[in-house]
Amino acid sequence: MADASATAVTPQIEGSPRLKSNAPTGDIQTQWERHKFDLKLVNPANKRKFTVIVVGTGLAGASAAASLAELGYNVKSFCFQDSPRRAHSIAAQGGVNAAKNYCNDGDSVWRLFYDTVKGGDFRARESNVYRLASVSTNIIDQCVAQGVPFQRDYGGMMANRSFGGAQVSRTFYARGQTGQQLLLGAYSALMRQVDLGKVKMFARREMLDLINVDGVARGIVVRNLVTGEFETHTAHAVLLCTGGYGNVFYLSTNAKNCNVTAAWRCHKRGAFMANPCFTQIHPTCIPVSGDHQSKLTLMSESLRNDGRVWVPKRPGDPRPPNEIPDDDRDYFLERRYAAFGNLVPRDVASRAAKKACDEGFGVGETKLSVYLDFRDTIKRDGAAVVKGKYGNLFQMYAKITGEDPYSTPMRIYPAVHYTMGGLWVDYNLQTTVPGLYCLGEANFSDHGSNRLGASALMQGLADGYFVIPYTIGHHLATSKLPPIADDHPEVRGALEAAKGRVNKLLSIGGTRSVDSFHRELGKIMWDKCGMARNDAGLKQAKQEISALREEFWKNVRVMGTGESFNQNLEHAGRVADFLEFGELLAHDALTREESCGGHFREEHQTEENEAKRNDDKFCYAAAWEHVADNQTQTLHKEPLTFDNVHLTQRSYRE
Amino acid sequence: MSSSRGLNLTLKIWRQPGPNARGEFRTYEMKNISPDMSFLEMLDVLNEQLIQQNQEPVVFDHDCREGICGMCSLMINGQAHGPDRGTTTCQLHMRRFSDGDTIVIEPWRAKAFPVLRDLAVDRAAFDRIITAGGYVSINTGNAQDANCLPIARDKQEKSMAAAACIGCGACVAACKNASAMLCVRAKVSQLALLPQGEPERARRVTRMVAQMDKEGFGGCTNTYECEAACPAEVSVTNIARLNREYLRAVVVSEEGV
Repeated sequence: MADASATAVTPQIEGSPRLKSNAPTGDIQTQWERHKFDLKLVNPANKRKFTVIVVGTGLAGASAAASLAELGYNVKSFCFQDSPRRAHSIAAQGGVNAAKNYCNDGDSVWRLFYDTVKGGDFRARESNVYRLASVSTNIIDQCVAQGVPFQRDYGGMMANRSFGGAQVSRTFYARGQTGQQLLLGAYSALMRQVDLGKVKMFARREMLDLINVDGVARGIVVRNLVTGEFETHTAHAVLLCTGGYGNVFYLSTNAKNCNVTAAWRCHKRGAFMANPCFTQIHPTCIPVSGDHQSKLTLMSESLRNDGRVWVPKRPGDPRPPNEIPDDDRDYFLERRYAAFGNLVPRDVASRAAKKACDEGFGVGETKLSVYLDFRDTIKRDGAAVVKGKYGNLFQMYAKITGEDPYSTPMRIYPAVHYTMGGLWVDYNLQTTVPGLYCLGEANFSDHGSNRLGASALMQGLADGYFVIPYTIGHHLATSKLPPIADDHPEVRGALEAAKGRVNKLLSIGGTRSVDSFHRELGKIMWDKCGMARNDAGLKQAKQEISALREEFWKNVRVMGTGESFNQNLEHAGRVADFLEFGELLAHDALTREESCGGHFREEHQTEENEAKRNDDKFCYAAAWEHVADNQTQTLHKEPLTFDNVHLTQRSYRE
Repeated sequence: MSSSRGLNLTLKIWRQPGPNARGEFRTYEMKNISPDMSFLEMLDVLNEQLIQQNQEPVVFDHDCREGICGMCSLMINGQAHGPDRGTTTCQLHMRRFSDGDTIVIEPWRAKAFPVLRDLAVDRAAFDRIITAGGYVSINTGNAQDANCLPIARDKQEKSMAAAACIGCGACVAACKNASAMLCVRAKVSQLALLPQGEPERARRVTRMVAQMDKEGFGGCTNTYECEAACPAEVSVTNIARLNREYLRAVVVSEEGV
């Protein structure tokens, strides 16, 4: 706790009056307890009078929907997949962090809090992060009680491992399928509430607009993806749990259908979008194999616990990797970061790999990959042990590449994986639209400019199981929420707007496919808004995106009709929103003239090529307000203060 | 990718405009397909071609494309998820096929999985089976410390092996009786093996089996096609466990199901 007593350095940044964080003050360790006591409660008998809409059924959405239903609220749950169990949380591999200190290795809530603030490069709100760390332990207990088969040791106790960027073993896991098992736990809790009649499930529905009445979120417009019919649903509050926007880059590790549409529609209805330029590139992904590539596959960074990252010392060394002796190999992470070695945070590892490839040391056919080698671990522990730990990942790698990682080193390259930015929320997870809440990856709140490994699952479940059940009650207990008729002008207005957009897409009848626009947008984003960014590139990106958007609305070809199961139309709507969102992302990156975490501006780096923050000017969350289409958005600043973990330059060298 | 390695293929794909419309096979010629493509990327290429020709693209379910979400669901040359064991359609790569091959692509076929359009089917029956009892009834906040409940490693391993089911429906599609036994038993076994599942053990299995029957899935006649098709490699040895659990529930359980 050395930093707790340090004098806080609070840069003078003027905050926007529109952004009230509602974060408690005083001793951070008791903030959440005190805040929960201050929140108004809804009488148990009154809970059944309220309906809450939950959009998305990933870890955040499913856990929120189940927990709210358990409390007695009526819940309407929506997902675009054919089943709530398929939300993309299911693909998370490595694990979930919790400050249990089961390993007796010095972990604590304070350390998890400290690591998360520091790992996020001081761009998160301290109060939120502390709460996240403190409820992390409850998450594990809850999941175990649901029957999640976490890895155990031989005495039957929970097993832990260390994970990227952490010096303690606090990561809980279920083989390499932790996300799947946690999601199936939350899904089963959700389906139990469906059985009990408290949750009404709407699968294969895509949210296309938000319904605000008197400035308060009261419902949503969805399209039934099988029949094409539009539906309006009203409620007393709306929870957006719709995940991240990584697919703005076209190639990412996200599922193909992940999109920003629900969040972007809410943004255009008044919810500020915060820090969209904070995107995370994951270092251990399978490299691109050709132009046909539709997505990238991540392999858990737990691989970096045992795998050693290297490139040949001689660019273009023609020898097969196994014939290159150690003297001719550059284990560049171990060389540059003595203390953390291969376990440096994701952004640091990713940029180091890019640097190696940019300087000509890359390997493989495209020269855009580096080796991740298990030779030494296999020699030390035997292939069986390695198989036990990483068997499914090795199998996946072999399936995709046709190469055997037991006998030849894996090749990896960074790919877009997670987005720290998202809708701005206060301490209660409420957006700038009263009654509209945002949970999980879709919000901006806990990871600052860089997320630590195994913390996404933690945040999604923290928000859904242990935060929203408390905070939503305050809104319901203190707001006037009169009944809304189905033909209320605001309901009809939102419905007509959504229908209008769909009809417009179908009426253009151009010559270029939706996918070709998406790929072109992705290339602009990756080249100019990816792992490294600069002023000229970002300005150019904005222009190119704007021009591409204009062309899209003149020349896109969307097949089929609106009254059918039409995946081409679904994709078109999502790409249309990405084309607006991408420009905001570039603009946000342009205005943040510093480097921090996943946002790396080439103009702002240390002599050792590390991210160089500018706390005097940029120690704030950038929340963007939509003004009008095709107009520059208005920036609102929420200054960030660090009273407990004092502002320091990150260093993973010593 | 050099064009010399490219595959020329003939695809015969089931096209059906809607749930109640008549379907038929349509033939498409594909030129110069890279062996490094995934099967679904090959269908992406087809769909781009169809759009250029002003034809409606083929509808097929897919999402994560890394073998875990369970959304993709294609019958490829009569095999659920194609020829590779332990592999979803999205993880199948074109290097598995040869130049000149004809590939027949159909949706899952089962009474309980009606076709929605082309290759996409409705698998909501699986959700309804889980809704009938595939859970532990514990509210958020009730849990004790995770280590208060030691679980023997082999039990946990077996439970995890069962829990690996991705709910794709390949077992149903592969079975001549369209039985969902493998999938149902996966959830029943996962929870029956753990102390957390004990209090509702009998109720769970009887309700899930009743719902399975109601949905129109067939019975199991032990031909093990399900195990061969299962991309998560869930083992049939445990269908026996489902039967045992069911028998235990209806004959000896005092749970009051």
